[in-house]
Amino acid sequence: MKINSPLEAYKYLPQTNCGECGEATCMAFASKLIDRSGKTTDCSPLIKEKKFAKKLAELDRLLAPEIKEVEVGVGERAVKIGGDDVLYRHKLTFFNKTKMFFDVTDTMEEAALVERVKNIANFKKFYVGRHLLLDGVAIRSVSNDPAKFAAAVKKVAEVGIPMIFCSFNPEVLKAGLEAAKDANPLLYAANKDNWKEIGELALEYNVPVVVSAVNDLDALKTLAKTFAEAGIKNIVLDPGTCPTGKGMKESFSNFLKIRRAGIMGDTEIAYPIMALPFTAWMAGISDPVSASYWETAMAAVFTIRYGDIMILHSMEPYATIPEVHMAETIYTDPRTPVAVDSKMYKVGNPTADSPVLFTTNFALTYYTVESDLSSNGIDCWLLAVNTDGIGVEASVAGGQLTADKVKDAFDKSGFDLKKDVTHNTVITPGLAARLQGDLEDKLSANILVGPMDSGRLPGFMEKNWPPKK
Amino acid sequence: MAKKAKLSEMTDMFKDMDILSLEGVTIEGDVEIELNGLGGGFDPMLAALLGQENAVLAQHFARLASMFGVPVGIGAPAGVPAAAPAVSPALAAPKLKDLIPAKFDFENIAEWANQIQEVPIGNTSADGGSRGKRVMLGGEKALPFFPDAVMPNRNQVTIDVFDMRIGLAKAVKVNYDEVMDSPGEWAKKNVEKFNADMITIHLISTDPLIKDTPAKEAAKTVEEVLQAVDVPIAIGGSGNPQKDPEVLAKAAEVAEGERCLIASASLNLDYAKIAEAALKYDHDVLSWTQLDMNSQKELNRKLMKQCNVPRDRIIMDPTTAALGYGLDYAYTNMERIRLAALMGDDELTFPMSSGTTNAWGARESWMVSSPLKEDSDWGPREYRGPIWEIITGLSLAIAGNDLFMMMHPTSVAVLKQITQTLFGSIEAEPVDIANWIGAEV
Repeated sequence: MKINSPLEAYKYLPQTNCGECGEATCMAFASKLIDRSGKTTDCSPLIKEKKFAKKLAELDRLLAPEIKEVEVGVGERAVKIGGDDVLYRHKLTFFNKTKMFFDVTDTMEEAALVERVKNIANFKKFYVGRHLLLDGVAIRSVSNDPAKFAAAVKKVAEVGIPMIFCSFNPEVLKAGLEAAKDANPLLYAANKDNWKEIGELALEYNVPVVVSAVNDLDALKTLAKTFAEAGIKNIVLDPGTCPTGKGMKESFSNFLKIRRAGIMGDTEIAYPIMALPFTAWMAGISDPVSASYWETAMAAVFTIRYGDIMILHSMEPYATIPEVHMAETIYTDPRTPVAVDSKMYKVGNPTADSPVLFTTNFALTYYTVESDLSSNGIDCWLLAVNTDGIGVEASVAGGQLTADKVKDAFDKSGFDLKKDVTHNTVITPGLAARLQGDLEDKLSANILVGPMDSGRLPGFMEKNWPPKK
Repeated sequence: MAKKAKLSEMTDMFKDMDILSLEGVTIEGDVEIELNGLGGGFDPMLAALLGQENAVLAQHFARLASMFGVPVGIGAPAGVPAAAPAVSPALAAPKLKDLIPAKFDFENIAEWANQIQEVPIGNTSADGGSRGKRVMLGGEKALPFFPDAVMPNRNQVTIDVFDMRIGLAKAVKVNYDEVMDSPGEWAKKNVEKFNADMITIHLISTDPLIKDTPAKEAAKTVEEVLQAVDVPIAIGGSGNPQKDPEVLAKAAEVAEGERCLIASASLNLDYAKIAEAALKYDHDVLSWTQLDMNSQKELNRKLMKQCNVPRDRIIMDPTTAALGYGLDYAYTNMERIRLAALMGDDELTFPMSSGTTNAWGARESWMVSSPLKEDSDWGPREYRGPIWEIITGLSLAIAGNDLFMMMHPTSVAVLKQITQTLFGSIEAEPVDIANWIGAEV
């Protein structure tokens, strides 16, 4: 982004405070443009009235992210990569979290191929009220046979998730493109030997393309510049991902250098970067668990430092779950509030006989407890105590979660343990067990110490609910 | 309507086109050639003069050649007419002709001039202690593993020992079950078998709600560990803010001269008492705050200004939340602290330590399967746990963390391997990744 203050954006707006964008003033809207929570298309006068066309174009140019945004795939599961403006997430946030593509080959048996692709497409892991997913499939042409590759592409395309076509052979890639017209796959890759043919394919089929030069940033930039000048807009960079030793250190440095140059204004190399943790499987690690760990570690390193899209192999849950969590971790907006409202929540349809629990108002804790209860069909009352958005263990240790605070939360919520429920019982988080005595005094209620992890609440409820008199 | 052309005209035309001869074509005498099917108004000469329609002209040459009995098109003998290749570069000229050379420049960031304080842990005999080695933390002049300035000291791992049997995740416990009743044996195993750079002894039995072990007795455990191993040690309390200052002061006393890391001073306890003991008996202080850069500055300032702790005796623990359980805050907190320090904030210019074992509190690391019915299969937990600890720690290493307090042997091994690879001290046979697409996996 070439500008960073709302005032600068304001200059290009109609300045009529018409309110059509949902903001009371153009200045408020300008702030949203700067923090990227609003888009110029939300301002209808700017879009519709011809007299603003020039201003709109200029504003869009100024607001464009430093790192080009590239889309892969079509439809609901299409993914965007790139689009970043800063080197450190706390300075704004990172946009478009790292996309995880898992490999298949064009030599796989059809049934095995289809099964793997479905596993990739259907994977989900619950996190804070929604699911983390895997993003797409990278089809490696091991056969180097255009017909075989096209057949594999057809099968994968049926599942409808984004694809990367992997081959250095233009004929193979062309066959794939013919087999999946309009799927907007990412072509991997143009290198020093095949760039003319691959570039022509990218132009002809209007698809995004990776330029690849292992450990040679001059060559990488040369390829990117050549493609850009020829009118190719959607470029992804592969500087090589070496899996071991000094090679890996060099790869890491290359990612840092490319992203820093891009953010600092070198537009010729300001494109999303591809990492290949897949190469962990070429490092000669014989035990598959160890190879998988190494791949996951590489994925974490390049998720944190600027990999925008990656190709991976292991579909073991012990590898994939931390990978998707790491992408979420780094790309979560650090500016959004971390807490839920401190109040009494209903989970399911609680009655006067239903259990009463409390937890902290830290969003992660709250959503975890809430989903453990609701997904197991436990109707109950759940009080979120204001701990300044700190989790249970830390807030007990730090004094943000005390018996007084819990009592205060009950009082403020207007929930009366003596009248609103029949049992006058409260279940505490297991990690707040040390508050039991104090809570009994302060609330004049029975206190049951719950499990250390809310995932064990279903079993706990079976044994302990309703409470014994 | 047919047009007629004389061969002499054709010859002139060829001259204009820089074509000297039609290979393999022999023409004798002055022959009239009839060009058929050219459509109305077509004038090859004019086309040539206008410098366009090369392709159309080429077709005529091809026809010409064929009229003279020379086969053209598919199956034409190699090297016969220039006509065949001329047919193919049909219409749209390629957009990509030549590479446009570009040079990549990278400049170091000058504002990273401030250096992180170097802090040693452990005194060898030369320093007046009995440790076999000393570890050095800090000294960075840029973010970790960045090419601007080489990191002088690698990351270090200290493995936990507890002064009593405690509940541990199964995958962790199997490694320690037979030594859990002896802190000395436990420490030895951590060093000899699991390659620990340091040992952390946690005096958790001193908690009034656990065993309320007196400080004096707890100090004996510290002596036991100091004798069992010769690596530097960190000494932790139970986390009880009333009891910890007394326990840690006593522990500091029995470990006099060993330059241990006393864990921890925090804002919710008598940090002055801990700092005083650390100074008196030659130790370092772990300055622990909870996910808040400003609290961290405040505590560091108090340690330096109120308690006179020298700069080379402070290590910070800004709190580690596990992957999926707040690591996003822990990560950014550390990165901000490190960046602020490198850019000149003297109250934050210290090495950092992480309680990486917190990762074992995440359900993904120990629970048999997901409690949520709609989740995909989580797979075996014995493989999930160690990688949870590795990834939690690894991310913080990249954010600026120097010292890791860890538990699982596999996690320790992999974290060391990857951080030392990024540090540049791992030699490995280069792997040719050029043809990864066809790799057999």
